[in-house]
Amino acid sequence: MIKTTPTKKRLLLYIFFGWILLILGDRVGDLELYQGSFVATYALAITSIILLTGYSGQLSLGHGALMAVGAYTGALSIFNAGLHPVIGLIISVFVAGIFGLILGLVVARLSGPYLAGTTLALAISLPTLANQFPILGGEEGIVFDVGVAPARFGDEFSQYKWFFWISTLAALIMVWLVANLLSGRYGRTFKAMRDNPVAAQLSGINVGQLKVMAFALSSGVAGLSGGLLVMLISGVSPSAFPLSLSFAVLTGAVVTGLYSLKGVILGGLVLVAIPEIADSLVSRIGGSEGFTTTLPGFLVSALLILAVVFTPNGPGHLLKRHHHKKKV
Amino acid sequence: MSLVVSNLTIDHGAIRAINNVSFTVPQGQLAAIIGANGAGKTTLLRTLSGLKEAASGSASWNGDSILGARPEDLARSGIMHVSDGKSVIAELSVKENLALPGIWRKDKKDVALATSEVIELFPILGQRLSQSAGSLSGGERQMLAIGRALIARPKLLLLDEPSLGLAPLIVEQIFQTIKSLVKKMNLTVVLVEQNAMGALKIADEGVVLNLGSVVAVDSAEKLLNDPAVRAAYLGF
Amino acid sequence: MIRQYALPIWGFKMTQFITAVLTSLSSGAIYALMALALVLVWRSTRVINFAQAGQAVLTTYIGYTVIQRTGSYWLALLVAVVSGAILGAVIDRFFMRPIFKRIKSGPIVMIAPVVATLGLLGIIQAIIGFIWGLTNQSIEAPVSTGGFKVMGTVIAFSRYNLLVLIFVALAMLLLIILFQKTDIGLALRASAYSPEIAKLSGIKVDSVRTLGWAIAGASGGLAGMLYIPGYFLFPNAMDLLLVFGFVAAVIGGLESLFGAVVGAMILGFAINFATTYISAKLFFPTAFIVLVVVLLLKPGGLFGSKKSRSA
Repeated sequence: MIKTTPTKKRLLLYIFFGWILLILGDRVGDLELYQGSFVATYALAITSIILLTGYSGQLSLGHGALMAVGAYTGALSIFNAGLHPVIGLIISVFVAGIFGLILGLVVARLSGPYLAGTTLALAISLPTLANQFPILGGEEGIVFDVGVAPARFGDEFSQYKWFFWISTLAALIMVWLVANLLSGRYGRTFKAMRDNPVAAQLSGINVGQLKVMAFALSSGVAGLSGGLLVMLISGVSPSAFPLSLSFAVLTGAVVTGLYSLKGVILGGLVLVAIPEIADSLVSRIGGSEGFTTTLPGFLVSALLILAVVFTPNGPGHLLKRHHHKKKV
Repeated sequence: MSLVVSNLTIDHGAIRAINNVSFTVPQGQLAAIIGANGAGKTTLLRTLSGLKEAASGSASWNGDSILGARPEDLARSGIMHVSDGKSVIAELSVKENLALPGIWRKDKKDVALATSEVIELFPILGQRLSQSAGSLSGGERQMLAIGRALIARPKLLLLDEPSLGLAPLIVEQIFQTIKSLVKKMNLTVVLVEQNAMGALKIADEGVVLNLGSVVAVDSAEKLLNDPAVRAAYLGF
Repeated sequence: MIRQYALPIWGFKMTQFITAVLTSLSSGAIYALMALALVLVWRSTRVINFAQAGQAVLTTYIGYTVIQRTGSYWLALLVAVVSGAILGAVIDRFFMRPIFKRIKSGPIVMIAPVVATLGLLGIIQAIIGFIWGLTNQSIEAPVSTGGFKVMGTVIAFSRYNLLVLIFVALAMLLLIILFQKTDIGLALRASAYSPEIAKLSGIKVDSVRTLGWAIAGASGGLAGMLYIPGYFLFPNAMDLLLVFGFVAAVIGGLESLFGAVVGAMILGFAINFATTYISAKLFFPTAFIVLVVVLLLKPGGLFGSKKSRSA
């Protein structure tokens, strides 16, 4: 008999989930696989925001910059240093994590709007730094190529399925690691710090150190997400990380609910689905170019506001509350 | 013409701060509400001035209910609350602090008159008009807070711990000023105090609170001589 | 021989320096208007209003439409400023106030208002796209944009840049008079520093807050109409100005109107001098470096109050 601790249960759950995705991956077309890869990538970015904002109470408006660090690192290790893609992605995580550690040391003592301002300034300035160093390829950027799937998977195994495998597996492993971390002692300390920093400090928690750590962890996860993102678009350049990307992942996190990892897939799905929904709406009702291009943005923003107003603690919370009401 | 509080209950988060409290303060009288720290005195006062919601019960001034009204509307109708001992805006000058009620009062002549009366009452404020309120001493801040309230020509004054953190001599001075104001302006005053002795000495009525409930309501003189009250709240 | 060459080089350096100073001033002035708009809202509502970029673009589009119809830049400027004020007031009264009422407790309180203004920004920008489309529009400057001549060379500072400087200076002067010399200004300051004591003194803090949003909106409206000539007008045209205004406001400490102007000027000078003397590519990184250096020395900004540092 296997003793089912929560950690073991979670591992089994993730393996089961991965297995289902694997089966699904064999049954859908390339387009769905490609979109699925984006869902996994965004889910990772959302995980990173939840880690930082939901658990350590620090608001970042510049996650695009952290993703860029991971993306460039991955590109350099794979394209320039010729390393295996998996190694490249792992290096992305560590380099972005170290970057986040340094950033955290600089900004962790800033509060609310000061932190928001600094991360926002980082988001607009860091990607443009790529123009300063020829090795980073300037505006053109550099290639990010993970290559085709190994021959043993057969000829039928398409590039998109390969993307899907890599991103899904990377996301599952990373989210699993983060979920374990947050369900343990660290998660409780983070929550204590977020809910009442003063009380946390008084009870012996080193708030400053924890905040820096949250930055490093969050940044590592964002780095992986950034690496996957540029894998999907085959190249990395400053324009891959606009301000709107930082805002989009924040939206995904708010829609998911900032205080739980349970819905990150939902957040990723929403970010991928909205442009599709807007497209199909447009093809049905038509409209001017201004209308068709701005509709996705409108829908994302409207969703963001609705989420904040009606489910400020995430949709899961709402369900719980309804459930509770019924009981009473 | 009186303040009537009946069966008032107030929650502070999950805690019941005030439980079924009733008392009446007739016009022109000074009522002292005394009790230990955590008795719910400040919560009671904040509810009477509209800063906090009550859970149940009622409170009225001159027959009009004051529960649920907004603090700024209550202030304009003559109920002034001087909160937290020294409620001044530190970033503004003394003059600007005093000018706050003048922003909405229509009778500008009377505002000028009231201001000069306040400066006559607290001459030290007159010397510090252009200084920032943050640079004042504790006693001066208290004078400024009371002075600002007076410029609104209040009818009901709610004072929260005016003696907090002040030297005994200053406390005595402030208490005597409050007492003289009640007579001179026909003011009704609710004075919340931990300094039970000092408060009861100048008060007409006394309300003793403990853990959110009324323990005793009586004339201040009787309370001062009540052995049980003396032992529990006056320390001898 | 040496002298003959030295003089023109000296002259070139001099005009380069003068140009850098003047362009620093005029870009700093525009950042200042945006920073003021953000500080005014922050002081009264404790929210960084990201929607300000959308508000300012919207009022500039309204100004653009007025120019299309009447041909008058000055009328358009007036309409943009007034509609900026109305829009600001409407957003506070019918958008922010209900949200604050709904979300009172829990850790989301810190994040919800910011996220709400980000959402509003997206909505406004989309609506602009619906109405005016996405093609770049332009607004002709009311006076010449050709550079002045200094010592025989044309510098990158025009009659229009001078006009911008004058307008911003006038706007500051008006704000100083409003805040320091009038009852309304006293009510605005009292409500910003201590809403509770202001309420207890009989000031209608909610209405004063809406007024703060209106003044901020007007300031943003002015910023838009002064910024767009020379650039293009499109739904996201003001995003960068918002970021720079925000950075300037944070450098200045968020609380202080004076700090916002100082922060904007520091930013304007740092960016223009770094791009003139080091590398044009340093435009964005400079903003980040200046911000981090200031916040490392003073985590609450240059003129921040003690309260904001602990909050």
